[in-house]
Amino acid sequence: MNIRAQVSSVFHLDKCIGCHTCSIACKNIWTDRKGAEYMWWNNVETKPGTGYPTKWEDQKQYKGGWEKAGSDLQLKMGNKSALLGRIFHNPDLPTMDDYYEPFTFKYQDLTNAPAGDDQPTARPVSMVSGKPMKIEAGPNWDDDLSGSNIYAANDPGVVQLSEEEQQQMFAIEKMVMFYLPRICNHCLNAGCVAGCPSGAIYKRGEDGIVLISQDKCRGWRMCVSACPYKKTYYGWSTGKSEKCILCYPRQEAGEAPGCFHSCVGRIRYLGVLLYDADRIEAVAKLEDKELAAAQREMILDPFDPEVIAAAKKAGIATAVMDAARKSPTYKFVKEWGIALPLHPEFRTLPMLFYVPPLLPILSKEQQGVQKLADDFFTSLEQARLPLKYLAGLFAGGNEEEIKAVYRKLIAVRIQRRNVTVGDLDNAEVDKAREIAGLSTETIEAIFRMTSLTSIKQRIVIPPMLREQAIEAGMDPEAYKQEMGFGSRKAPKRRW
Amino acid sequence: MSWIKNLIDPQARAWEEFYRNRNQCDKVVRSTHGVNCTGSCSWNVHVKDGIVGWELQATDYPPLEDGIPPYEPRGCQRGISFSWYLYSPLRVKYPTVRGILVDLWRAAKAKHEDPVAAWASIMEDPIQRKSYQKARGKGGFRRASWDEVEEIIAASTIYTIKKHGADRLIGFSPIPAMSMLSFAGGSRFMQLLGGVNLSFYDWYCDLPNASPEVWGEQTDVSESADWYNSKYIAVMGSNVNMTRTPDAHFLVEARHNGSKVTVLSPDFSMTSKHADWWLPTHAGQDGAFWMAVNHVILSEFHHQAKTPYFIDYLKRFTDTPFLVQLTEKDGVYQAGRMATAASTEAYRDEENSGFKYLVWDESQQQPKMPLGTLGFRWQQKKGEWNLQMKDGKDGSDISPALSLLDKHAEVLQVSFDDFSSESRVKRGVPVQYLETIDGRVAVTTVFDLLMAQFGVNRGLSGDYPKNYDDEQRAYTPAWQEKFTGIDRANVIQFAREWASTAETTEGKCSIIIGAGVNHWYHANLLYRAGIAALMLCGCVGKNGGGLNHYVGQEKLAPVAPWATIMGALDWSKPPRFQNTPSFHYVHSDQWRYERTADEMRVNAVAENNKMTTGHTMDQQVRAVRSGWLPFYPQFDRSPTEAVKQAEASGAKNNQEIIDWTVDQLKSKQMKFAVEDPDAPENWPRVWFIWRGNALMSSAKGHEYFLKHYLGTHSSTVAPETAEDSVKEVVWHKEAPEGKLDLIVDINFRMDTSAVYSDIVLPTATWYEKDDLNTTDMHSFIHPLQEAVPPCWESKSDWNIFKDLAKKVSQLAESHLPETVRDIVSVPLAHDTPAEMAQPEIKDWSKGECEAIPGKTMPGLAVVERDYVNLYKRFISFGPGARANGIGAHGLAWQIEDFYDQLIETNPTETWGGKTYPSLDNAKDAANVILQLAPETNGELAYRAFKVKEEKVGLPLVDLAADTRAVRTTFAELDRQPKRLLTSPCWSGLTNNGRAYAAYSLNVDRLVPWRTLTGRQHFYLDHEGYIAYGEHLPTYKTKPDPSSLQDLIVSESDEQSIMLNYLTPHGKWGIHSTYGDNHRMLTLSRGCHPFWINDQDAAQIGVVDNDWVEVYNDHGVVVTRAVVSARLPRGISLLYHAPERTIGVPKSPLRGNKRAGGHNSLNRIRLKPNLMLGGYGQFTYGWNYWGPTGANRDTFILARKLKGEPSW
Repeated sequence: MNIRAQVSSVFHLDKCIGCHTCSIACKNIWTDRKGAEYMWWNNVETKPGTGYPTKWEDQKQYKGGWEKAGSDLQLKMGNKSALLGRIFHNPDLPTMDDYYEPFTFKYQDLTNAPAGDDQPTARPVSMVSGKPMKIEAGPNWDDDLSGSNIYAANDPGVVQLSEEEQQQMFAIEKMVMFYLPRICNHCLNAGCVAGCPSGAIYKRGEDGIVLISQDKCRGWRMCVSACPYKKTYYGWSTGKSEKCILCYPRQEAGEAPGCFHSCVGRIRYLGVLLYDADRIEAVAKLEDKELAAAQREMILDPFDPEVIAAAKKAGIATAVMDAARKSPTYKFVKEWGIALPLHPEFRTLPMLFYVPPLLPILSKEQQGVQKLADDFFTSLEQARLPLKYLAGLFAGGNEEEIKAVYRKLIAVRIQRRNVTVGDLDNAEVDKAREIAGLSTETIEAIFRMTSLTSIKQRIVIPPMLREQAIEAGMDPEAYKQEMGFGSRKAPKRRW
Repeated sequence: MSWIKNLIDPQARAWEEFYRNRNQCDKVVRSTHGVNCTGSCSWNVHVKDGIVGWELQATDYPPLEDGIPPYEPRGCQRGISFSWYLYSPLRVKYPTVRGILVDLWRAAKAKHEDPVAAWASIMEDPIQRKSYQKARGKGGFRRASWDEVEEIIAASTIYTIKKHGADRLIGFSPIPAMSMLSFAGGSRFMQLLGGVNLSFYDWYCDLPNASPEVWGEQTDVSESADWYNSKYIAVMGSNVNMTRTPDAHFLVEARHNGSKVTVLSPDFSMTSKHADWWLPTHAGQDGAFWMAVNHVILSEFHHQAKTPYFIDYLKRFTDTPFLVQLTEKDGVYQAGRMATAASTEAYRDEENSGFKYLVWDESQQQPKMPLGTLGFRWQQKKGEWNLQMKDGKDGSDISPALSLLDKHAEVLQVSFDDFSSESRVKRGVPVQYLETIDGRVAVTTVFDLLMAQFGVNRGLSGDYPKNYDDEQRAYTPAWQEKFTGIDRANVIQFAREWASTAETTEGKCSIIIGAGVNHWYHANLLYRAGIAALMLCGCVGKNGGGLNHYVGQEKLAPVAPWATIMGALDWSKPPRFQNTPSFHYVHSDQWRYERTADEMRVNAVAENNKMTTGHTMDQQVRAVRSGWLPFYPQFDRSPTEAVKQAEASGAKNNQEIIDWTVDQLKSKQMKFAVEDPDAPENWPRVWFIWRGNALMSSAKGHEYFLKHYLGTHSSTVAPETAEDSVKEVVWHKEAPEGKLDLIVDINFRMDTSAVYSDIVLPTATWYEKDDLNTTDMHSFIHPLQEAVPPCWESKSDWNIFKDLAKKVSQLAESHLPETVRDIVSVPLAHDTPAEMAQPEIKDWSKGECEAIPGKTMPGLAVVERDYVNLYKRFISFGPGARANGIGAHGLAWQIEDFYDQLIETNPTETWGGKTYPSLDNAKDAANVILQLAPETNGELAYRAFKVKEEKVGLPLVDLAADTRAVRTTFAELDRQPKRLLTSPCWSGLTNNGRAYAAYSLNVDRLVPWRTLTGRQHFYLDHEGYIAYGEHLPTYKTKPDPSSLQDLIVSESDEQSIMLNYLTPHGKWGIHSTYGDNHRMLTLSRGCHPFWINDQDAAQIGVVDNDWVEVYNDHGVVVTRAVVSARLPRGISLLYHAPERTIGVPKSPLRGNKRAGGHNSLNRIRLKPNLMLGGYGQFTYGWNYWGPTGANRDTFILARKLKGEPSW
């Protein structure tokens, strides 16, 4: 057993209201600079939709992530030796059109325009060229665009559906949308790490955060291609790539990452997961439909004495183990099994998990009048969104995984209805619980975690033991004395 | 997987400092955003190197009771973008003036040493005046000094007071709760001048008139945490997820606690995502849905089942048991006025017996007079204004009959209006006979009228529907299908689930509602239909129940001391508070574009009589003359000039001045300004705008503003059509253009209002000033604070107005050296005995009654203005507060001891031999408020409850006993937001962490609502309401587009499509704020797009992101299209409220001039029955009552822009 600890996350999509506050928290703190304008380390997409960069999920186009090559696993963009041959010409990169051309406006004209015969207006201009432009793309271009015959219809997940299923999604009776917030998944089998020719990308030992060393990065951009989620970005000003850092400076200070802190839908949970690194390769080679379950299985139980002993041996601090036992992520992913990885078939073993959204029940149209199904709550059988679509997003196509989650979410609602109102048939409540395979107590725990938790319960940051980390290279007292004087430096272009 | 490295090595990781350094900051300061969104979110502003870097939400709100999710984090994508503004190129950094004007000014100053004379020389030269008016909005701004702009403003102010009268000075700032001192600084300045403050809540069309109609309350709602207590939530006209961003989680989390959520929305909205049931109801037809729901509830839960909880609730808390007289006309009976004690031998001699209403006692089979009605509120004897079902004369217990069905003298055929089919039906109603002093009168209960109105077949004769499938008769589930597009089976199921949830939980069903319903012309009826379902199921005044109206409502919690400072009531009263819909309808000449015949089609009436016929402008004039609505300017002459004339005619004291004024008005020698608004002497002259975007975001009929107020270019092509139909108003052949002499905008960003103003003053942003912030979405008070000093040359609003006051005082030394007297006209006011002024409507100007100020006409008062000491008064908390006490909503209490204590403990001002608590800066004023408000001072909560207890006659002070020692200072708010104390100024209870739910004080403690019966009203007993057919909850059809005069001259062809034009609140802005922010523009489409259905778009050849031209007679918009099947056909969305300053091209259709904003496409229509006044809850309150700026019933044409956009 090669036990490691990782700070990992759950996004509860049923709670997401698509507000993008998370995106701006991140933009404000990290990417509001020259060269980083177009970067959205955190972005939110409307699903169905094409996302940012456009159709990022389509690996036929982008060649991100891993694929099985016989008994081996290799990056879809090519194996390591092939990559080295391509460092001066990498064809698998998103273009500016796939992201968007960052724009601003000539705001100052409103104050400075000379007297004329008409009202001044602030024209849009490119932040790249400074010239007037027509805005034709943005980082959230298809926001709230359910039923769009351009964007939703070209969602790589929708394209896989049958003609009939696709058609239905554009009729009012089945129309649907939900939101998918995305940050770096800080994967166990990260494509970016594997793809970097400079060895600049690493996982932090203490928390598994994936970082691109701004010292070592040479801007080859192989990470951009290798990441199937397109969550590394090339900074055109510094000539280095950057990505979500899971706000390690904030976590080191005991604060939630910016996007987690600011999540006003309270959808984000963060906590330590323990996993057996020896199993990564085997898991990553499983069949698509097995991946979600297998990844859940490789997560270790922090209450298990064997695991505790192994963790001690591996040098994981007691305080980190305490945090692991309080980890909401552990509960969602492992204990309750209601959070799933995004596109596990990319085989990077993403460590960000999603609780899929409930959506309104179906209706049907008769002579201009809409008739809804008569279910009291939304239900698995009458839900608007095709399970197949969700299975394509979160379960490598395994619809049973999705169904199992929905049964649990629905059982929670039914039991709580029974507790708080008591107007349901007891047999119905028992049945819902039974098919979900949950105990009354577990349901109550899920309910509390979903509804009632405060930020300290949602986001359980392990102690980062900074003094010990610093001590490995420098006396912490000396560090304290010199902090900010000596060590502050900006990454420089090295060529 | 050897290449996946887990790196520990500190050397290799030394670079990690890079991001750590960015994250470090020097200080974190608590502040918030003074924006009109009701979020009231506490934020931590991060400052590094003296520069604001970013903001993140505070998460330290005190928790409510166990089992309710916490309030954290609060703050949305817009709020978190605010730091962008501070240093952006949109920031107003310096005082800025239109170049043409400042050149004229400097030239005039060169000729005239005296600034007022200099200003006069410009005003009195029509060519000069026109020259800068025509340049408004067209660039050419110049930086100026504070000294210079303050002098221009002060000179124009003094000039206006002397030449035209102080009531030609207009101030507009919206929604004070978000930065209450910033609002108060300006309004205090205006009121000390004798100027006019314009209302906002009604103007924004956010005032739900149904709330005063039903509850006598402006609006009171539950805090969002209470949604979590609700077990059945219907959301309509409110896109909670999009517009109530920080609150939405309570809705979502309630679902996981077993609550059902049903969303009524024509489009698949962000909130529809969270529905169990999404009901795609046709736009604006929610009323039809609820009417049918009520039909089912009444049939099954009141008639068939007689649900005990519901029946008990109705009897105790609603007007349903009260008696209504049936009047006979041509053999048919109609529901008339409520029966009053004055008509009976037994009760006629009781005090205020004409305002004490009767119920039918079912055990004694006779009329009884329960406590708590209007007459008890305003009688001398205290302690009888409560909801005990006891007789007001002898104290005996009453058992009111809800229905007379079981024991009636007769069944009479009563006529009911069905506006949906423009017909009347006759239905049997059980009656008893009331022996009155004028003879025998048939009476029935409100409940029986409701049963008949909703068509519940109880076996009585008449034209009742046979069953739910009766499509022809109004309010059946089958009937509603043609309006809503929702299957009858769903309506029936909804009604059953709703009512049974309410029965099981004792009222935990709620409606979340907002602009999507409230902005329709007939919004009051749509609301009442939903409110009826709440009242019928006992859901109002219950945690988890009630009508939760969230649009523009806000809530200024410490209202009593704030109102005193805001209105300068500590120095003089009454203030001049104007209802803005009437103001702009009249002054911006929008009335000239209306035609009586079409107005009648828009507003169906029950009977054509003097109440319901005539042009809306004429009804507006009547409302002013009758004292129902305020209007400024008041008269055709300056109000100080009027006093001088009265004195010249021999008036010796204030009463004689008033008498003289009445005589002048009666003899028509003096006219109300509203009777001739286009005459130059009646124009508003100087307009101060702060904290708002009065020329764009809220300027319904924006193009008419540009034309008639500003005198600059506009894009309206609408024909004037009123000439032939107006009778009470003078028609000028040529409408004036450019009424306003000066527009001063106080702003931190160059928005549309700034671009079109004459002078733009740079104000401190919300991270650069101290202020207070509250909301009704939660129950905390917290501060805005100065994280960094005001940037560049900006100043806080408070200091801007304080400095203007100083300049005015300096100029007054030579121009207005003596105190002057000013006659102020005010309407009959809610929460005063004037609620008993006009039980019948009579017009003194027609000789129908005497002209009596404060009774049959506006109240008149003479006040003294001291312009030389205006500045000193501004900064001193005046003696009036100490002498008169403070209060709100008809309740007042003394504060001498605390006033004196303020002088001991807080900063003071001493002048004229007296010492006052200082209001020198906003923080001082904030401390005065915090130390005097019952919501933040426990002793004053106790004291106010004591006063209320005496009035009500039931124990109440226990609600404040445990928190009597609580005191609050501004410094404490810096540390943590504080929960508001339970206060008699409000209707909810917050004791022990209980979530605030409106009217729980009324239900728990039997405190009456401030209505005619003291109960919640289904029945609106007002002569006008009966004439309009709105006395009972009803349904009126949406106006036909052909009657709306939107498209009389605009050309249409096969390349254009006509659509209903909806402007809901959007995702990327709060009104216009943030919509121009780089963050929001990047995350949306770099513009404010026009949303259109895919098939509608295909019909005009438009694909996603094409440029479109959207137009009607009022104006034009050019933007890009978003095409989506998420919208149904026939409607379009332009999310409220884009600026026309950001990336807006020219319009080829309208002269190749800059296209407009969302308000370029509308014109307001006032609903006349909302102008009624002088009786019960139908009396005026500022932002409380009056017609609203309805805008949803608007139609436009859309087409693809021809060619490339030009700039």
